[in-house]
Amino acid sequence: MSATHQKFTAGSRLLHWTMAMMVLAMLFIGVGMAATVSKRYAFLVSIHKPLGIAILVLVTVRFLNRLFNPPPPLPADLPVWQQLAAKGSHYLLYGLMFVMPLIGWAMLSAAPYPVVLFGSVQLPAILPQDAPLYALLRHAHTYLAYLFFATFLAHLSAALFHGLIRRDGVLQSMASWRIEEARNGK
Amino acid sequence: MLLRLGAIGAVALASAAAFAYVGGWLTPRRLTQASIMDAFAQVNGVHRGFRRNHAKGICVSGWFDSTGGATLLSKSEILESGHVPVIGRFALSGGLPMQADTVSAVRSLALRFLEPDGQEWRTGMNDIPVFPVNSAQAFYEQLLASKPDLATGKPDPKAMQAFLARHPESVRALALIKSRTIMPGFADSTFNSLDAFRFVDVGGRSTPVRWSAVPPDAPAADAAAPPQGSDENYLFDDLIARIRQRPLRFRLMITVGQAQDPTGDATLPWPADRAQIDAGTVTLDTISSEDGGPCEDVNFDPLVLPSGIEPSDDPLLSARSAAYARSFTLRAGEKRGKAPSAISPQDVRAKGGT
Repeated sequence: MSATHQKFTAGSRLLHWTMAMMVLAMLFIGVGMAATVSKRYAFLVSIHKPLGIAILVLVTVRFLNRLFNPPPPLPADLPVWQQLAAKGSHYLLYGLMFVMPLIGWAMLSAAPYPVVLFGSVQLPAILPQDAPLYALLRHAHTYLAYLFFATFLAHLSAALFHGLIRRDGVLQSMASWRIEEARNGK
Repeated sequence: MLLRLGAIGAVALASAAAFAYVGGWLTPRRLTQASIMDAFAQVNGVHRGFRRNHAKGICVSGWFDSTGGATLLSKSEILESGHVPVIGRFALSGGLPMQADTVSAVRSLALRFLEPDGQEWRTGMNDIPVFPVNSAQAFYEQLLASKPDLATGKPDPKAMQAFLARHPESVRALALIKSRTIMPGFADSTFNSLDAFRFVDVGGRSTPVRWSAVPPDAPAADAAAPPQGSDENYLFDDLIARIRQRPLRFRLMITVGQAQDPTGDATLPWPADRAQIDAGTVTLDTISSEDGGPCEDVNFDPLVLPSGIEPSDDPLLSARSAAYARSFTLRAGEKRGKAPSAISPQDVRAKGGT
């Protein structure tokens, strides 16, 4: 089974791993900047905003890519609850990749803070000034980040479970570095 | 099998631990936004909906007419000759929103300059010549040292002595602060940025600067005591009356630092002979209570800067930005349960403001 399992396309894998690095960096930057008053704070904030918008752009690209290049099917012998957990967690990860940057942008708009990406490059406000709404969004941003990290941990553990315990080719379908293999499965 | 399961668990656990470490949960002694907020709560109690520091204030608004004089040093459009709207806030330092006005309380003026293209310049300035501390850690220690004792209701002098023994830079700064000339009111006071910043011109040349809002015709007299029969809001009442008489004006003076001037230590003054540029005039013609006023929901974060003005290496800038943001989040979430401000809209109307 593992030898014949289909792989993600090279483009899909590139998007996955690029975004994996960005999202993971983002979660650590976010939780770190919310817990320091050192000089790192300003530095981390200045990375957090453009990186978040880059994730928003890339997840849009990735969503479209997924429509044209659907992921390979999960192994047929995977228990139903694991199939559901896999699907559910993937929906959740996609949802959070969309929602987190949008909440960040929206909360800065509602505060209001100028949404500066770098230098004089600035995004327009997407919400009118509303302090209580800002507070709500700001807290949602934190708790959804915790949910995001927890979902990442489950995703990582499940990937390793497929790779080390089940050895069913699911990890290899995303973790392969070889471009030509993407076609071999077809 | 068990070994491999264990390995998976170990990877997940190590990842979670790294996240927890960065988030500060494994280092309870790390100075964070939460510890600064907690120190303010210990010293002042919690006043829901109010700023955690500079809690007693009033909103003003008007405009800035730039001379264009500072465009030599900065490419900021705000500093090009022209006219931009300004929202401001006069306040007293300290986290007690109902504190009585006193002669020696540190006065502040915060300003928000709005460019048509959405860029902003926010700055909070104080009527003292230097800042009493030069780090977030020292700010935190000084704050806790000023915490009132439960028995006496007054700060423990020993705690402050111990703080000063550890921070000779604060001893020197406090001596300068104590010897400053105190003006009769907000309208006659000079407000200083204290922290250094950098102006960056079109060619990328970076110049250290500090700035001040200077009243054009300040009286020479020192205000040693509040006027006879004055009440607990006398500074604010005077401000309302002054603006009602005629718009308040402040010159925005840019002090141009030299390479050897300290930018990373707000307790150190710069030499008095540094060149000054008159960047323009801030005119404040409208005053209103903070309740419903235009400054109410503005966080005067010193790192909200337009292109052409950049932070210096002063560690207080990052600390202020981080702490102000947390204070703003707290009070924004508490807004619906907030008690009226010391200067209510009725008070302003009674004094003839708008």
